[in-house]
Amino acid sequence: MQIVFLLEQVVNGLVLGGYYLLIALGLSLIFSVGGIVNLSHGAFYALGAYVFVQVSGTLGFTGAVIVSPILVAILGIAFERFILRRFYDEDPILSLLVTFGLALVMEQAIRMIWGSAPLAASLPSEVRGALIFGGMLFSKYRLLMLVVIICLLVGVWLLLNKTSFGRVVRAGIQDPDMVAALGIRLQPYMTTVVMLGVGLAALGGAMFAPITTVHPAMGSEILTIAFVVVIIGGLGSFWGVVLAAMLVGVTRGVTVFFLPAASEASMYVLMFLVLLLRPRGLLGESIQKFES
Amino acid sequence: MTYQKRPAPKQPGTTLSRRRALLLATGTLAAATLGAPALVRAQSGPIRIGHLTPMTGFLGTLGGWAVEGASLAAEEINAAGGINGRMIELMSEDSINPENGATKAQRMLERDGADFILGEISSATSLAISEVAARNEKLFIAVGPRSDVLRGDRCSKYMFCTDIPNTVMVNAVGTALKQEEDIAGKKFFTLTADYVFGHDLLVAAKNFFDVNNAELIGDELIATDVTDFSPFILKIRQANPDIVCLNLAGNQVTNFVKQYAEFGLPYPMVGFNLNTADAWAAGAGNLTGTWPTVWLHTLDTPDSKSFVQRFQTKYDKIPENHAWISYIAMQIAAKGMSETGGAATPDLIEYFESGAEFDIMKNRPAYFRAEDHQLVQEAYAFKVKDEGTYDDVHDMLELTGPVPASDEPLESIYPSTEGGACKI
Repeated sequence: MQIVFLLEQVVNGLVLGGYYLLIALGLSLIFSVGGIVNLSHGAFYALGAYVFVQVSGTLGFTGAVIVSPILVAILGIAFERFILRRFYDEDPILSLLVTFGLALVMEQAIRMIWGSAPLAASLPSEVRGALIFGGMLFSKYRLLMLVVIICLLVGVWLLLNKTSFGRVVRAGIQDPDMVAALGIRLQPYMTTVVMLGVGLAALGGAMFAPITTVHPAMGSEILTIAFVVVIIGGLGSFWGVVLAAMLVGVTRGVTVFFLPAASEASMYVLMFLVLLLRPRGLLGESIQKFES
Repeated sequence: MTYQKRPAPKQPGTTLSRRRALLLATGTLAAATLGAPALVRAQSGPIRIGHLTPMTGFLGTLGGWAVEGASLAAEEINAAGGINGRMIELMSEDSINPENGATKAQRMLERDGADFILGEISSATSLAISEVAARNEKLFIAVGPRSDVLRGDRCSKYMFCTDIPNTVMVNAVGTALKQEEDIAGKKFFTLTADYVFGHDLLVAAKNFFDVNNAELIGDELIATDVTDFSPFILKIRQANPDIVCLNLAGNQVTNFVKQYAEFGLPYPMVGFNLNTADAWAAGAGNLTGTWPTVWLHTLDTPDSKSFVQRFQTKYDKIPENHAWISYIAMQIAAKGMSETGGAATPDLIEYFESGAEFDIMKNRPAYFRAEDHQLVQEAYAFKVKDEGTYDDVHDMLELTGPVPASDEPLESIYPSTEGGACKI
C-alpha cells in the first residue's frame, strides 16, 4: 500500500510539473529569443489571475480562462515594443533592472485597481472532486489542466520546430546577425514570442486562480519556482524545461512523502545538485550569441 | 622654586565654590534656553506611533486591513482633538520579517522619534520587536500575534497583547465542537504552519485533544511559502481521519481550503486559526466547518455596527478582524495616553496593569491582565453557511454566541497565569 501512496505522489508531482512548465516555458522562450531575464514574468501571471476573476462574472469560467490570457498577451505586445526592444543589445543588468521595476509597478497597479485584499475565486462545481484510478486519487480539475497544458506544449513545439516561423526564431536565437543578413526582420518574431510567453504566464494565473489565493504579490510566489525550473532544465532548451518541470514536481511530491517539512527546500537542493554536475542545466544548449 | 596653590578652605554647610556655582548657573540657564523648547515641544508636538505590520509575504494580505483600521482610529482621535490637544502621527511600514521588523522598530524608536510601537501580526516578528522595545524601554502594543509564548515565557514588561491567544482560539472552536459531540473518540489529522505561531497552536491543540479524548493520528508541518497543498491532501487521504484540523496561517489557509474543495475529500474540516479576509478570499463553496475569531463584522452590538458603517464610509468595504483589532488597539492606546497625560512608558504600563476597562464594541468590556499583559475579552466561533444560501462571500460566515458564555468569567477560556511561564 505504501508503494501505491508513493506512486500517487509521483504522479501528482508530474501533474503539478505541468503547471510549473506553463510558467517556466514562457520565461525560457523570452530569454532564448532576446537574452532578457524577465523578472516581471510573475506579474503577468498575477495579472492573468486578476483579469480572470474580473471577467469570469460575465463570461463564465471557460470564457474567462480563454479571454484573460489573450488580453494579457496583447499587453505583452506593448511590453515588447516599448520596453524590451530597447534592451536586446544592452548590458543584461539593464534589462534585469527594468523588468524588476516593471514587476513592482505592475504589482502596485494591481493594488490600486483591485485593492490589496485577496479576491475570491472558485471552481465551477462540475470540475470539483477527484477521480480514482488504480487506487490513486486525481483531482478532476488538475487532469483537465494537464490536458490543456499538453495541447499547448505540442502546439508550441510544432510552432517552433515545424513551421517557417519557428525556423526563423531558432535561427534568430543562435545568430541574429546572420538572420538579418538574409534580409529577415527579427522584430515581429520577437514580439510574437514575447506575446506567447506572457500569454502562457497569464494562462497559468487564470487556471490557478480558482485554487490559489489571488493577491497582488502572487507573482513573486511562482517566479522563484519558474526560475528554478528554467535553470535546472538549461537555458534555451525546450525539452530541458519540460524535463525540469516534471522533475521539480516529482521531487516535491516524494519529499512530502518522506520528509514533509523539507518539501519547499527540495527543489533548491535539486537545483544545487544539477548545477554541480551540469553547470549548463540538464539539457542546456550552447547559444552562440551568449557565448562571447 | 615651585609655588603650590593652597586648597580653598571648605565653607561649613556647603561644598559649592563660587566658580562652580557660576558654572552651574550658566549651565542651568543654557539648559533652560536650549533644552526647554525641546521639552515643551515634546509635550505639545504630535505623538508619534511606529506602526509595523506585514504588507508582503504570506501574512501580507492581512497587513493592509491593519493599516486601514489603525489609520481610521488615528483620524477619529485627531478629529476629536487628539490626546490632550496633541495630534497622533501614525507611521505605518511593512515589517517584512523578524529581522527587518526589529531593524525598523529600532529606527522608529531611535531616529524617527516614535513614542512607542504598535502593530504586527506575525508572532515571530513580534518576538523580535518586543526585544527591541525592551532594550529601548518603550512600549510595544502587539496587536495581532496569537502565539501563547508571547504571553508565556517570552512575555515582556513592555509588551501588551490585544488579540486572543492560541489557547483561546482552540477553546472557542473546541466549545462548539464539544456541543456537537465532535471531539471525544474522533481521529484528527492536523496541518500546522511551520513557525513559532503554528508550533504553539499545535501544542494548544494537542492539549485540547488529550483533555477531550480525541486522537491525533497525523500532523504535517507546512513551510510558510507552500502554495500547493496537493501532496499533503493525498497524505490526508492515506491517513483516513475523522476530521481534518488546520493550524495554518495567512494565505496558507486560503490555499488549502480551495485545494481541499478541489479534491473533494469527504472528511469534515475545522480550524483553530482563521482571519475573515482569508475566509472571504477562499470564495463560495470552498470553506466549510467551524472556526474561531476575535471579531466579525456581523457582531450585533451598536458600537460594532457603527464601526462597520464608518469603516465602509471611508474605505468602501467591509472591515475584517485585523482592521477591527488595529482600530481598538489604537483606541486603547489613546485612552491610556489620555488618562496618563502622555506617552510616558512607565505611566502607560502602570495604567494598563491597573485593570482599567476598555469598551471594545463587544458585550463585555476588556482589560489587560497584569500577570501576562493579555487583553482579556470575549471570543467567538463561526460556522460557514452552505453554498447557495448566500449571494455574497461576506455573508457566508455565521457567528455563534460569545465564548465564554455571559455567566462565565472571561478568564475561564484563557491560559491560567498561576504558576505560568510569564515572569514580568
